[in-house]
Parts: sequence; structure tokens; C-alpha cells
Amino acid sequence: MAQATAPRHAQSAGENLLTVDSLVVEYPTKHFRAKPFRALTDINISIKPGETLGLVGESGSGKTTLGRAVLGLAPVTAGTVTFEGNDISHATRKQRRELSRDLQVVFQDPYTSLNPSMEIGSILAEPLGVQGQSPAQARARVKELLDQVGLPSDAINRLPREFSGGQRQRVAIARALALSPKLIVCDEPVSALDLTTQAVVLDLFLQIQRDTGVSYLFVSHDLDVVRHISHRVAVMYHGEIVEQGPADQVTVAPEHPYTQRLLLASPVPDPDRQEQRRADRHRLLELQRQTTEQAGVAV
Amino acid sequence: MSQPAAASGQTGTVVRSRVITRILKNPLGITAIAILSLMILMAVLANVLAPFDPNFANIGKTLASPDASNLLGTDSVGRDVWSRLVFGARTTLLSALLCATVAIVIGLPTGLIAGYYGGKFDAVANWVVNILMSLPGIIVLLTVRAAFGPSVWISMVAFGVLLSPGYFRLTRTSVQAVRNELYVDAARVAGLSDGSIIARHIFSVVRAPIIIQTAMVCGIAIAIQSGLEFLGLGDPTVATWGVMLSEGFKNVYLNPTLLLWPALAIGLSIGGLVLLGNAVRDALEDGVKIKARKAAPAPAAGGAAPASRADRRKVATVDAGTEHHLVKVSHLGVGYPQADGSVKKVVDDVSFHLDRGEVLGIVGESGSGKSQTAFSILGLLPDNARIVAGCIQFDGNYTVAPGDDVVSQGRVSSLRGKRISYIPQEPMSNLDPAFTIGYQLVTPMMRVLGISKAEATSRAMKLLADVGIVSPERTFKAYPHEVSGGMAQRVLIAGAISCEPDLIIADEPTTALDVTVQADVLDLIRDLQKRLGVGVLLVTHNFGVVSDLCDRVVVMQNGRLVEEGPVREILRNPSDPYTQKLLGSMLEGKEPMTMLVPAGMEA
Amino acid sequence: MLTFILRRVAAGIVVLCAISFITYVLLYFSSANIARNILGEFASQDQVAAKEVALGLDQPLMTRFFAWAGHAITGDFGTSWFTAEPVVHALENRLPVTLTLVVVAIVLIAICATLLGMAAAVKRGWIDRVVQTAAVVGDAIPGFVIAIVLVTLFAIQLKLFPATSSIVPGAGADVWIASLALPVIALLINGVTGGAQQIRSAVIKQLEKDYVRTLRSRGISEREILFKHVLRSAAPAGLTVLSLQFIGMLGGVVILEQIFALPGMGALAVQSTTMGDIPLVMGVVLYTVVIVIIVNLLVDLINGWLNPKVRVS
Repeated sequence: MAQATAPRHAQSAGENLLTVDSLVVEYPTKHFRAKPFRALTDINISIKPGETLGLVGESGSGKTTLGRAVLGLAPVTAGTVTFEGNDISHATRKQRRELSRDLQVVFQDPYTSLNPSMEIGSILAEPLGVQGQSPAQARARVKELLDQVGLPSDAINRLPREFSGGQRQRVAIARALALSPKLIVCDEPVSALDLTTQAVVLDLFLQIQRDTGVSYLFVSHDLDVVRHISHRVAVMYHGEIVEQGPADQVTVAPEHPYTQRLLLASPVPDPDRQEQRRADRHRLLELQRQTTEQAGVAV
Repeated sequence: MSQPAAASGQTGTVVRSRVITRILKNPLGITAIAILSLMILMAVLANVLAPFDPNFANIGKTLASPDASNLLGTDSVGRDVWSRLVFGARTTLLSALLCATVAIVIGLPTGLIAGYYGGKFDAVANWVVNILMSLPGIIVLLTVRAAFGPSVWISMVAFGVLLSPGYFRLTRTSVQAVRNELYVDAARVAGLSDGSIIARHIFSVVRAPIIIQTAMVCGIAIAIQSGLEFLGLGDPTVATWGVMLSEGFKNVYLNPTLLLWPALAIGLSIGGLVLLGNAVRDALEDGVKIKARKAAPAPAAGGAAPASRADRRKVATVDAGTEHHLVKVSHLGVGYPQADGSVKKVVDDVSFHLDRGEVLGIVGESGSGKSQTAFSILGLLPDNARIVAGCIQFDGNYTVAPGDDVVSQGRVSSLRGKRISYIPQEPMSNLDPAFTIGYQLVTPMMRVLGISKAEATSRAMKLLADVGIVSPERTFKAYPHEVSGGMAQRVLIAGAISCEPDLIIADEPTTALDVTVQADVLDLIRDLQKRLGVGVLLVTHNFGVVSDLCDRVVVMQNGRLVEEGPVREILRNPSDPYTQKLLGSMLEGKEPMTMLVPAGMEA
Repeated sequence: MLTFILRRVAAGIVVLCAISFITYVLLYFSSANIARNILGEFASQDQVAAKEVALGLDQPLMTRFFAWAGHAITGDFGTSWFTAEPVVHALENRLPVTLTLVVVAIVLIAICATLLGMAAAVKRGWIDRVVQTAAVVGDAIPGFVIAIVLVTLFAIQLKLFPATSSIVPGAGADVWIASLALPVIALLINGVTGGAQQIRSAVIKQLEKDYVRTLRSRGISEREILFKHVLRSAAPAGLTVLSLQFIGMLGGVVILEQIFALPGMGALAVQSTTMGDIPLVMGVVLYTVVIVIIVNLLVDLINGWLNPKVRVS
């Protein structure tokens, strides 16, 4: 709540690259008299340069919407999104074009995030062309990018469908890197990938951050993934952030009952330790049930 | 998703040229193009090809048979049939073109705007379209004719307006499908203007369907135009096929061949357009099919595979000493015959067994063949799948005997539902949205157990309570879309245990669920398995799920079995390098922010 | 449910009003010489002027439209300008022929297309190829050309059917059957191919759904899956095609009735529009639109019944 009352002008954002302040996102519903659907309520987060903020929650928790609101793909009903000291919550398309140099995205599904009828070269050159780079400049940069994400340079003339899921996700990462952004919103970028591919792609994300100092807003439903890649973690539940803090604290010894449940729900790859975790989980659920009951009686 | 990239051969050519090549390779496509070129040639060169003015009447030579000067004879007032046919081609093709142009000019932009921006414009446009679509075309054209007189061109403009909803809907649907695609979002993030997004990403999607639609629309326009002329509603001074048809019909008793030529010309032109449309569609679908085959084997299209030799042959008895296994899979191979005659193997030499009351996990990444193996046991492989090797036995009897090339439906269908049951991956898509949950639980029990509806209903209520559903009555009456995903999965589990099977095949039963719901469902499966003493074959990619439920594990990669053993042994001391790599990719217990894949091990 | 029907009926009335207005405006431009046409070449200028006043042609457009609409609401569509026959009466004589033709054809199409489409989807093989080829051929040949071929072949050459109908008010069933057999067959040939093709793809799409596999795993017979589950889910797609075909046929019979010399609405439509008989044209248009609206409402109701999701919303 402290952040919500903080003054909002540029200097006070200080070293934060991105500040989201008391953000509310509502979608109008079909029936015009009905109340709009509230997807996000009073969201406060911030990301420093070179930092990764992990955003974890289950389906429908609003984590993807938060990422989209930062990108200008979801309507900001109230509150502000500040990037490098500028309020971008209602940025115009022209401002977005400026912004796209510093703010980029990698989506979940590598199958639908690349236009199936465009060659990899044109997909990667698209953001460069928007910024007014010449085709020759763009081509050189595309080669660099493919190299950076570990794809062969002959990928330029191929179509997305000729690549596996993991390779497509590399293309999507390369597209995000094209303009050397300062922040990349990663919306479940490894959820559609196989285990071994996920490991390779996570390594790529870490390596890029080490090399370029980019920040990530890393959205995932998987607590293990978020723990592995994040400096700090925010937990979302029903459109609100219920807990946020350093990754090793939130993902190892969480305070909020929901995060506790989430932590113990994820099974571990050893039968005996899993049996232990199962017992812990049942104890926790029992405890939380009693707490709610007492609260219910008290109220 | 980790299957090797299909990088061979294709170096990037643009899709469009590939489609054109495919059309040209298709005999029907070539035929269509040939017919249409011929018609266009006739229309363009009408003045050269026709020896007479189309309206020149030689009163002395009516209804003449073909001769040197009148190639196809003359009509009832002595006009040259060939000349009229050739000039008719010009009128017909031009009017079809006019009609299609009007329809596109109105339908395409409005469809783009309505699809991309939605909102009020969309609502109004849809309303207008619904009105236009519910107007009987000819009646409207008759009215237009009454108002503006017998002009072919005005009729065709009006008809173009009537046909524009086709383009509107087509464009709107395509645009709506694409508008929310992630690659359009990516373009927005890159700051592309709406105009560029429509031009670069959206128009390319609409282009091909528009071509198909235009072929169809031209055909319809020709039909309608001829029909109007046939009714005598056209301009009598213009030679058209419809007028010729009408003239022929009047003289059908005297000279039926007068009917033949215009009918042939109309049929050929429309046929050519229809064939062209189909050829374009086929060419596009070929592209999709290739993609689909690369992505995954086709989903089960038919369980009722044709009865094979195996059904009629006396069933071989299983090897002595193996009868006690609930399921025994020996050297199983499953393949898909390809167009070039080869067989693409998706399961290769896989052997394992499962005993009563045991939980066996099959672990692997996508493309490992784990689901195909499970579906072979259920007998629910796609129609085109073939058992290329090995055998499967259930409870001491072969369901796939050595030498069978398909799963014997005769033997498996009596087991399915009754002794072998199935829990699917995606809860929502596995319930029929048109029937209540209760109906979908009760019917299998009535069919399989032969019990009454009342008894089945009371059992269903108990089952719903057993799988942890709080208000069974309400869920029983609900339709699938009225319950949550976790609840739907509980319903499917209730269905799987409803007929007290000996074996449950669970295909990624928790993959589509949230982690907290997954934990609950895993608890449920474990409790039920213990209580009912049922054997479970669990297909999964998740080692956490394996450690939670399984007694033994089979690890598969690229259709082959790489390792098998008790769960603790496999998870703690995997001997196969692939299993080691898989377990090494797990994040649990790893130092955060460190590299997961040792250098040189990258896939 | 009731509110749904009421909403749709209200929407239908709005559409009806809009269409009658547009039609009336269109016809307004055609009515310049109407009085002269009615009276013939030899009538004097005064007679023509008097006739124009009698028909209300001297009034401005809006006055004329509302005068017409005021009567139409009470069910009075006026009388034909040329024959002086009440429009309602003329339509009631003609409608049964057209409706019988179209309804019989659509029912037969529905049955044949469903059977053929399902057979093609389930059995594949030769029957599938036949259906697919027939769909292309059916698309390629306009209905009225098929009708002409049928008449030439079966009525004129083989003399199996009468070439022209002898339906008069009060004619017996045998006359109706003999007169309508060929036209129905013509509509059938044209409609079945396309319909079967649509049903085929809808059934194939359903057969690939996950729930079908699950039903199979539950021990439900292939027949029950096909007829209870798959057909039900494939039906909306088929119904949409059928309703579009129905609307198309209402127009298509105009030509068909001419070929078979049937005394239906189509013939009336051609006569009245060529002569500029505005009351009669308006009557034909309104009747047709009402039929279309009723058919669309029926389709929506059946779809709602078939699909519980639609029903709820």
C-alpha cells in the first residue's frame, strides 16, 4: 500500500525501470447493463534494471492480463503504468512505436505467436522496419540475432512450421531482442515446451540477461520455473497480488495461505519425499480449513 | 513438440507460389484453368471468331442445321448460333466479373473493419447482412428490374450487393480468428499501425478464401444471369446464353440442339469456376495437412476399424506362464502408412506388463509414442494406424494376436467400458456438450452393465459423491459447460470407474488442470485405485505425477522404450542417459539462476 | 425461451418493415407510366390522369407508402392494378403450389443429404468419392438447366410426366403428384449434393472430437455414438445449409415454375414485376419475407434445442 501513496512523477520512480501503481483492469461485458468484468484489482509492482520479477498464479488469476496491460494490450481502467519515468498506461500507437525499442514480449504459444505465412527473416525484421532501419541493416541484425539465440543463419528463409516448438520459441525470443529492449514481458514462455526443451530455453533467458542486462516480467503458472529464473516473485490470485518478495522467500517459505497451498501442491520427483509433501499438504489444508471455520464462527 | 525440425528439402519459397504449383499439378485445376481460358479467349476475340453479327437475322434460313457458313446452325429467326454463343460469352463473363467486383468492393472492406474493430459498426453491419441474407435473390432482382428496367448490368450490380454478405462474413470470420492471434499482438507491441497490421498480417489470411469465394460467386452470377435472361427479363437486344436457352426451350420440339449449346456453355463455365475454387482449396488444405502430419499423428477418427482377418481367425492362446498379467505388451510396433508406401513407426518394439492392482507410469516427451501405446491397448487408434509388430494380451487373452495388423474391435469392444476404462487429458472436450453430465454417466452403465435407468441413476449419484463432488444432484443435472475443469475431470473419473473396471488407462489426467486442482485429482485417483484395487496405466510427462502415483515406470523416447523399473530405482538411479537428461531438466532442487544444461549437452 | 421467441419475432417485424419500405421506394421509380400501361395506348390524357388519381399515383412517396402500410397492417394488401383481383386472394391461390414444391423438396433433401453425408463420412471409400464428385457437379450445373434437361428428357422425349402442370384450384392429389414430381426432382438433384457435402464435413469434424473417443472407451456402441451424439452436434451446420437452400429455392422456383408452367408464386412474381403491378409485387415480397423469417426462427429454435449452451444464453 506504501507504493500506492507514493508521489507519481518521474524522479520518484527512481531506479525502477517499470512501476505499476494501483492498476485496475476491467473488461466490458456483453450485456450493457451488467457490471464490467474486473480482471485486475489494485496491482502494485516494480522492476529494476537487470531484474526479473516472476509472476505466478493459476489460470484466470489475471497474471497474463497484467503482462498485457504493461504492453498496452489490455485496457487500463485505473492506476498507472510507468516505464522509465513516463506514464504509458494510455500510450498512443505512436508512443508505443517509440516504446517498442525498450519494451518487448515473448508469448506462450510459439505456434501462434509467429505468422505462419511469413519467413523467419521477415518476422525478425518487422520490428526493425518499424523503427526505420534499412533492409540491409535489418538483415545484418537478423543474422546477429539468430546467432544470439542459437539458430542457424539459413533459418532466415524458412517458415515457422519448419521448426520445432523450442526453436520457434527461440525465434520469438530473437524477435523480442531485435531492438535491444530494456524489459521483456515473458508470458508463459516455456509452458508449451517439453521438459528438456524448457531447460534449454530457460538457460537462454538467463544467458541473455547476463549478456545484455535486460529485465524480465516473467509470467508462469509453474512455481518451480518462477523460482529458478526470478529475483523477486509476486503471487496472483483472483486478480490480486496476494504476496510478493524475494524469490527464495516467496517460493520456499511463503506467508500467504494460497502460496502455501500452491507450493505444496506441486509434486516432487521422488516417491518418499512426495509422500512427505502430500502429508504436509493435507495437514496444511486441514489447518487452513480450521482457521477459516474459526474465522467464520468469530464473524 | 520436440520432434526434429523438418528442415530437409524446403528452402524458403513464399507460400503463394507453392499453392499455384499445387493447383497446376492437380489435373482438375489444369482442366478448370483450360476451360476458363477458353471462355475468356472466346469473349475477348468475339469479333474475330464470330462470322456474323449476333443479331443479324437471315429470315430465309431459320432453324437450319450446321453447315459451312453457320457452324452450329441457326435459330428460329435465322440468327447464327455460333456467333451468338461467342458474343454471349462476352456478356456472361463481363456480368459475372461485374457482380463479383461489386460484391468484393462492398463485402471486403466492411468485413475487415467489422472483424478488426468490432463494436457498433460490427453490430450494424451484421444486422444489415442478416437482412440481405434472408432475401430471396430472384425476387429482389425482379423488383429491381421493375424499378430500373431490363439492364443486365443493373441486375448484376444489384446481385453483387446481394452476394456481398458472403464476402463480409468470410472476411469478418477470418479477421476475427486472426485479430487475437499472438503474432498480431506482437505486431502491436512492435508499434505497427492498424493499416500495416491489416496489410501485412490479416490480408494475407483473407486472400485465399476470397479467391475461392470469387470463383463460386462468379459461377452463381452466371447461373442467375442466365436464369433471368431465360425468363425473358433481360435486354432482348443483347445476345446471351440465357436468351439462347429460352429461345431453344421454346423450340424444343423442333430443334433440341438449340438448347444443347448454351446449356453446355453455362455448365462448362460454372463447372470450370467450381473446379478452380476446389483446386485452390485443395492446394491450401494440402499445405495444412502436411503441417498437421508434422505436428502430431491425426486424432482418433474412427474406433470401428474394419473387421480384420484377426476377427475371423481362431484366436491364438497366450504364452503359458503369462496369463496372470493383467496387460502384457510384447514387441509392439505401431505405424502409419505414408503416401509413398513407407510406414512411419510411432511405436517401435515396446514391451512391458502391468499386474492387477498395480500402477504403471509411461513417461516421455511429446512424440515419444506413449499415448499411441496406451491407445493400442484401448483399441482406439486412428483408423489409418497399423499394428506393424508384436502383440497385446489382456487378462490372459490376446487383443492383438501375433500377426494382427489392427486391434481386433471384436475382442476389445466387449472389454472397453466394462473391464478397461479411460481417463482423458482435457476434461472439457471429452464430455459431449449437448448432454447432461448425468446422462453421460448413466447411459454407459445401462449399456455395459445392463441395469435399469433408475439403478444406474442412483449409482451415478453415489459415484459423483465418491469422486468428491459436493452436490451430486446439481452436477448430475448440469451440462458440461456449467461446471469447472476440475469438476469435469472428476466426472470423467467417475465415468471411468462406473463399471468397475480392472484396468484404467489415464492419459495425462492432470496436465490440463491447475496445480492445486492437480493435487486434489491425484489424491482422488490414488484413493480410488487403493480402494478398488484396479490396475492403472498412467501416461504422463511429469515426473512429479509419476512419483506421486506409480509403482513402476516405463520411459519412452521417439517410440522406443529406453528404460523400465520400479519407481524409486528409475527416479533415483536412472541408468539410461535419456532418463538422466530428463530428470536433469527438472527444476526442483536446482540452484536458482544457474544453467540447467551442461555445456555440450544441448539438444 | 419465451423472451427469446418474442425478441426474434420483434426483430422479424423490424426487418419486415425495413424491407417493405425499401421495396416500395424502389417500385416508386417504376410507376411513372403505370396508368398509361393499364389503360392501353388509346386512352386519352385525361383518362390517364384520372386513373393516376384513382391509384393514388399523384400523391408523394411517403403518403403513398403509409397509405399502403396502413392497409397492409390490417391484412389488406389491396387489389391488383391490372386484374382487379384482391392481392391476398391471388397469393392464397398461388402459395400452396410453391410451398408444397419447396417444402417437399427440402424435406427430401434433408433426409437424403443426411443419409448420404453420414454414409460418406463414416464409410469413406467409394461412397465418399461419389458424394464429393456429385457436390462439384451439383454446384456446376444451375438448377434451371437441370430442370430443362429433365423436361426435355422425361416429359418431351420419354413422355413419362406431363410437360406442363394441370394444377387448378381443387385439383386431386394425383394431378398434384404428377405435376410436382419433376420439379421436386430438379430441386432435389441440385440441393442434395451440396447438403450431403456439408453434412459430411460436419460429421467428420464431430467424429474427430475428443468426446467421441471417450464415448467409445465407455463401451457405447458405434451406432449410438453416431445417431445420438455425432448427428446431434453436426445438425446445426446442416440446418444452416438447409435454411439457406430453402431461401434460395424460394427464388429458384420462379424459373422452375416458368419451365414447368406451374401456377405458383414465382409465375405471379414474374408477371407482376414485368407489368409494374405494385400491390401484387409488394404482396409477393412480403409473403416471401414472412416465410423466410419463420424459417429462420424455426432454425434458431431447433438449434437452441440441440445445443444447451445456446439455450442458456
